[in-house]
Amino acid sequence: MIRDITIGQYYPSESVLHDLDPRVKLISTFFFIISLFVFNTFYGYIVVTLFLYTIIRLSKVPFKFIFKGLRGIMVLLLFTAIFNLFLTPGEEIFKLGFLKITKEGIYTASFMAIRLSYLVLGSSIMTFVTTPNQLTDGLEEIMKPLNKIKLPVHEIALMMSIALRFIPILLEETDKIMKAQMARGADFESGNVLKRAKSLIPILVPLFISAFRRANDLAMAMEARCYHGGEGRTKMKPLMYKRNDYMAFSAFSLYITAVIGIKIIEKAL
Amino acid sequence: MQIILDKVNYLYSSGTAYEKHAIKDTSVVINKGEFIGLIGHTGSGKSTLIQLMNGLIKPTNGNIYFNGEDIYGQGYNMKELRSKVGLVFQYPEHQLFETTIFKDVIFGPNNLGVSKVECELRAYKALAAVGIDESLFEASPFELSGGQKRRVAIAGVLAMEPEVLILDEPTAGLDPQGRDDILEQINTLHKESGITIILISHRMEDIARFAKRVLVMNKGKIEVDGLTKDVYSNTGQLEKMELDAPLITYIIKKLKEMGYDMPSDIITIEEAKREILKIIRSRK
Amino acid sequence: MDIINVDDITYEYIRRDDDGNVDSIEMALNKIKFNVRKGEFLCILGANGSGKSTLAKHINAILYPSEGTVWVDGMDTKIDKNLLNIRQTAGMVFQNPDNQIIGTIVEEDVGFGPENIGIPTDEIWTRVEESLNTVGMLDYRKHSPNKLSGGQKQRVAIAGIMAMKPKCIVLDEPTAMLDPNGRKDVLRTLKELNKREGVTIILITHHMDEAIDAEHIIVMEKGNIVMNGKPKDIFSRPEEIKKYRLDLPQVTELAYELQQEGIDMPNGILTIDDFIEELSKVV
Repeated sequence: MIRDITIGQYYPSESVLHDLDPRVKLISTFFFIISLFVFNTFYGYIVVTLFLYTIIRLSKVPFKFIFKGLRGIMVLLLFTAIFNLFLTPGEEIFKLGFLKITKEGIYTASFMAIRLSYLVLGSSIMTFVTTPNQLTDGLEEIMKPLNKIKLPVHEIALMMSIALRFIPILLEETDKIMKAQMARGADFESGNVLKRAKSLIPILVPLFISAFRRANDLAMAMEARCYHGGEGRTKMKPLMYKRNDYMAFSAFSLYITAVIGIKIIEKAL
Repeated sequence: MQIILDKVNYLYSSGTAYEKHAIKDTSVVINKGEFIGLIGHTGSGKSTLIQLMNGLIKPTNGNIYFNGEDIYGQGYNMKELRSKVGLVFQYPEHQLFETTIFKDVIFGPNNLGVSKVECELRAYKALAAVGIDESLFEASPFELSGGQKRRVAIAGVLAMEPEVLILDEPTAGLDPQGRDDILEQINTLHKESGITIILISHRMEDIARFAKRVLVMNKGKIEVDGLTKDVYSNTGQLEKMELDAPLITYIIKKLKEMGYDMPSDIITIEEAKREILKIIRSRK
Repeated sequence: MDIINVDDITYEYIRRDDDGNVDSIEMALNKIKFNVRKGEFLCILGANGSGKSTLAKHINAILYPSEGTVWVDGMDTKIDKNLLNIRQTAGMVFQNPDNQIIGTIVEEDVGFGPENIGIPTDEIWTRVEESLNTVGMLDYRKHSPNKLSGGQKQRVAIAGIMAMKPKCIVLDEPTAMLDPNGRKDVLRTLKELNKREGVTIILITHHMDEAIDAEHIIVMEKGNIVMNGKPKDIFSRPEEIKKYRLDLPQVTELAYELQQEGIDMPNGILTIDDFIEELSKVV
């Protein structure tokens, strides 16, 4: 059920991508997503597909695991596709009552579906190959200029990383509490919206209490381990660009150049 | 025969890379009025097994019967099953959510559609059974001590008046006194109302004291099913499954090796004392 | 040479009602006085609510005494500038293994403490490796803590403290949520740390079998130290132990029961071998 969601998880493995500097991965993912929206041509997408395929292979994360993440957004995907399929005006090829399917509709629908899944795939691969700690370290570095406008960048980053660590624990806990209340005859499936919302109280109250208790414990454990804010802190894994990172940046620029090139050529034709 | 598991299998996340065969081809019969110990090291499948017994999870294949009825048969009332087979999870106090103890205990019977008066009557009985004083009924469950919270949570399941009560490590994390209190209450309940008990515990000596029959789980299977005294005296078999018999069995084993004549199925301090006294007195 | 010196401390816990007025004052610790030698293995026993945890938090400067002083390696816990030094000297491990692991990868978690006290990067790596090795978790350094068993998580937590090179570790019921195998592993680890690395261990527990091998035992009740001595002495007083709502180790209990029947058994039998030996004298 809830545990099947893979988006945002880390997949431990040893690959070239795992070893890259998180800043490289963050920045590249950002531009990759932009590329999905800017370069919306057929040939462009061949390049995107090839690129994504290479990345997946390089990540050494099993395909099965990666595509499991797509299942979570299936509904959204279908919805977008159907919406586009029927509502795009253009050359009609099939008509059923007031619904009509157009050539443009098929084109846009499949394009949107691919684009959305690529977006999810791209960003989930980034999280698969980057530990949440690295991810937050990367964000912290990238956002460092914001320190000047008094934004507590280190604290925000730490908060994020702790949240990421506790999400699976809290999900599991939700599952447990739900079962425990079901064992006491609670029913979460029937009744109208109001009744269902009310039936969530026996889950939410214990969950909040537990979250607070955990937060309390954690704060104490952090204090006991000498945590006192970002001041005077060193890093076990300081971010430093290495040869591989420069190479990755170059390879990624190559990809961007290729997509731009195709776009220009297609326009010219 | 109250609960029957017939060749039950349970697979987690079946069909994915994470597939785990949690329960393998397991059959077992639980009789009315038994006190059964369920032991096995962490991950052996105990928790999964008990969730199957009250329909919280559905077996991948195999059948489960309660009082002779297939619980996955057409039109079977699952809610009623869950009230008949009460399940107390580990750290049950983490499920408390109401503003007062009394209200929290009523939650279960109320879900069953029991009348208000009956609900309150049951809550009184259940709280009395676990030794919670009436003066605390209107207190918030969050003001109680750890042991008290635990007992209120158990009362919450008892108030559903189950025929079978399954407890998953009800004494985990409690101090010795709190632990003994709860075990004694469970035992009294068993003796006085004839309720069937299935007790999961890592404390072998607790199982030895209360459970006549014991099921040992290992790698998703019930590997041993027998009288507690027989199972415990076979220390080698237990060790193979990463379990230790109660210390007393090791003492008896040693004494036997030294040539003292005593039965090998001694598992509690009480029994050991009796047998040792017999020997000492016979030699005087 | 004492590493911990608890000098006549009192800790009052003030309960307030909804309006913020003082409702009642509870004495969580009442004129507690004891000291711990460097390299000692001390066990603190006591029923729930006896003040054990409150006492433990004083040693790590999470709580401060209302009266009296706690000295950690000669440092007064009440003085602010000692804080980081004290926490490095006396590390603390808590009960719930999930709620004290901060990192999402084992090695990153172990590195958290050293990072906080400003250890240079290279040195952090050495320390992380060493401490994971000491607790026998080096193979799991790249794992996610969520996938570990309770006993393994507690060992990671211990490694996280060890990486700060403490002289003393205080553990507040570290085995309460573990299964027997996890408990054994944690206890073995603690004994090794104590013997091999000379780390002072202060272990709070409900399991009497964990206390048997300690050098010293303190029993607490209602904020007071009610017993203080070697395991053999402590468990030689079964009536007292029972009065403080604690267990006897199984062997000790059996010997005591026989004694009650008029059999001539000495007090304070703690191991099977001792028991057999004494028994053969009577038979």
